Amino acid sequence: MSAPDLLYSEVEEDLRANVRRLLRDRCDWTAVLARCETDEPYDLALWRTLAGELGLASLLVSEELGGAGASTRELSVVAEEIGRSVAPVPFLSNLLTTATLVACADEPRVRELLPQFIDGSRLGTVAVGLTTVPYSAFPQSVKAEGTALSGSVSAVVDLEVADYVVVPAVDADGAALYLVDASVSGVSRSATTPLDLTRRFGTITLDRAVGERIASGADAERILRQALVTTAGLLAAEQVGLAQKCLDVTVEYAKTRYQFGRQIGSFQAIKHRLADLWAGVSSARAVARNAADTLARGDDETELAVAIAQAYCSDLVVLAAEEHLQLHGGIGMTWEHPAHLYLGRAKSSQLAFGIADHHRQRIGELADLPMP
Amino acid sequence: MTVDADELRGIVRGFLAANDPRGMDRLDFLRARFDAGLAWVHFPAGLGGLGAARELQPLVDAAFAEAGAPDNRPHLNSIGLGMAAPTILRFGNDEQRRRYLRPLWTGEEIWCQLFSEPGAGSDLASLATRAVRDEAGVGSEAEWVVDGQKVWTSLAHRARWAILVARSDPDQPKHQGLTYFICDMTAPGVEVRPLRQITGEAEFNEVFLTGVRIPDSQRLGEIGQGWQVALGTLMNERVAIGGRAPAREGGLIGIAAEAWREHPEKRTHGLHNRLLRLWVDAEATRLTSLRLRQQLAAGDPGPEGSAVKIAFAELNQAITGFELEFLGEPGLAYDDWTFHQPEFTDFAKRGPGFRYLRAKGNSIEGGTTEILRNIIAERVLGLPPESRTDKDRPWKELPR
Repeated sequence: MSAPDLLYSEVEEDLRANVRRLLRDRCDWTAVLARCETDEPYDLALWRTLAGELGLASLLVSEELGGAGASTRELSVVAEEIGRSVAPVPFLSNLLTTATLVACADEPRVRELLPQFIDGSRLGTVAVGLTTVPYSAFPQSVKAEGTALSGSVSAVVDLEVADYVVVPAVDADGAALYLVDASVSGVSRSATTPLDLTRRFGTITLDRAVGERIASGADAERILRQALVTTAGLLAAEQVGLAQKCLDVTVEYAKTRYQFGRQIGSFQAIKHRLADLWAGVSSARAVARNAADTLARGDDETELAVAIAQAYCSDLVVLAAEEHLQLHGGIGMTWEHPAHLYLGRAKSSQLAFGIADHHRQRIGELADLPMP
Repeated sequence: MTVDADELRGIVRGFLAANDPRGMDRLDFLRARFDAGLAWVHFPAGLGGLGAARELQPLVDAAFAEAGAPDNRPHLNSIGLGMAAPTILRFGNDEQRRRYLRPLWTGEEIWCQLFSEPGAGSDLASLATRAVRDEAGVGSEAEWVVDGQKVWTSLAHRARWAILVARSDPDQPKHQGLTYFICDMTAPGVEVRPLRQITGEAEFNEVFLTGVRIPDSQRLGEIGQGWQVALGTLMNERVAIGGRAPAREGGLIGIAAEAWREHPEKRTHGLHNRLLRLWVDAEATRLTSLRLRQQLAAGDPGPEGSAVKIAFAELNQAITGFELEFLGEPGLAYDDWTFHQPEFTDFAKRGPGFRYLRAKGNSIEGGTTEILRNIIAERVLGLPPESRTDKDRPWKELPR
């Protein structure tokens, strides 16, 4: 284990500045709120700009495969900015899909499709429930006979906009990953009304739908697990970005809101809560950076680093969104205020890829702190 | 032109070739090391340093340790090295720097800090120890006559010198009437009494100052500038306390985790949950502290120090409380109530009861958690200060 680099490089800060500028112009919270009850809850035009023009969908893809050959370090900076603006874009599904497909790039079909995922013209997702714990057993709910897949998976993130779905299934050889064109017959999708207005999910039902096997056996299990671990680690960075936003906005509000003839930020009851939140966000940033750096180095402590980051950040982001609401008082309870957008994203992301307790259980195993 | 890492390695090699640490008297060796500028390399030449970058110090220390050289026992003179030395360097005159820094670094002269008083804890600037100038001192030099009581003074019973803040002008508002001195702890009128703590031992002392005469040449900074000098000193304290970055399980969590591994029969699900939460918090605090170090090394001192200090205090208290509950019956016992004055407090070498009691001080010493939260809120987040009525009134009119 070498010491992690917990700072941001200049290149990473430049990338952040570009993403932040774009999101400030195209994705302020009023636009997010206005969109979330329309027929187009996702801003796919924004996604294509982020993915294609800014190139973020290519970061995890090697140059040999036509990508940027960057790492989770750069991608985590993007994740922070997306969290900061609660951007309604299919980001999580892109992380899952890219991590999976890059590991299956020996398959001709995958190689052929990758450029379209990289430039944002095609979207994909992975058919696992959003609450799946990365360290859990391979899913069993879809069976494959030959190339025909049957079964259903609920809470599949960004399902409604996906062109392709990577489906973990069990076939005659055991675990396998199949690539399914979402438009073929035998695929049906139903959306669930989400708590988080900015991130959608649904149930996919497969009835003898045709797919192409892209991994099998131990490879399939390893690839899916690694994709889930990577995405969970980057989700921690998204949570840091949102938590920082909640803190920043609340601090500004505490300076401008007057009650009892004083700025409410001059009361220690408020100051101490914000100081504690600032400390929490600082620590969340350290553990999330540690996860991103460890993932980038791919060392043998990857799962531990991600488990620590998720155990810490997924609760901290909820605290930040709840403090944001409480310290705004009544205005925070209104629809016309972004507090509910932040809270919905925070609370849902806390459930995504296992709640903190699941990650702590994994830490108990990895750090030799066994159960009773 | 500054010394780089390669040159520094060469200087150390040359020094060790000329001064065999195994064949020399310990103090002679340390003095020679100081004179060669290898004591604290970021200090100026002639004062134990070479004007090199601060980050190069670990390289030098490692090279000396590797050669089997004696060190200056830094844990026995923590106030001197961590607080007095940087203050003397920054605010002292040339004569003061030459007189005090060398024996301070070698450990020949131990230092203590006379700041806190029974009536001035968090509100240090309200302190009441008086310093009255006596123009007719010894010979042509003026003297100051100091009266008052200081408290929480670690090392006072071993110290040769103290850094002291006293009130030189009660008619000024509290921050403006202070002056900073170097006080001779062997001078007549200095009385040191051990202060027994809830742990049974006395790490600290009370110091009574009665008519203590301090030559004006031992004043550090201008008359009335004592608060600015003291702030400089306290900045070093926060860095010293908050800047450590231990290894994983390097702090008290390691002791609790070991106890957990050794006693499967004592485990419960509730305790398991608590231990894992504490373990994650300890790891988060460790990484925050590591990040702080990396920011400092990159020349960008982040304000995380106060937050890390709060987190360490809360963690230590929670972990030591957990440890007693987990142990059960052995948690009822206490290793040693005998009154003594330890040279250095090592949590790991004492029993769990001691750790539990001593950790209670972590959220009080070096800035209470409440004051640190104010500092974060006001200096980091830029929130408005508390409305205060004492700032511009003459000190002598303040309610006490």
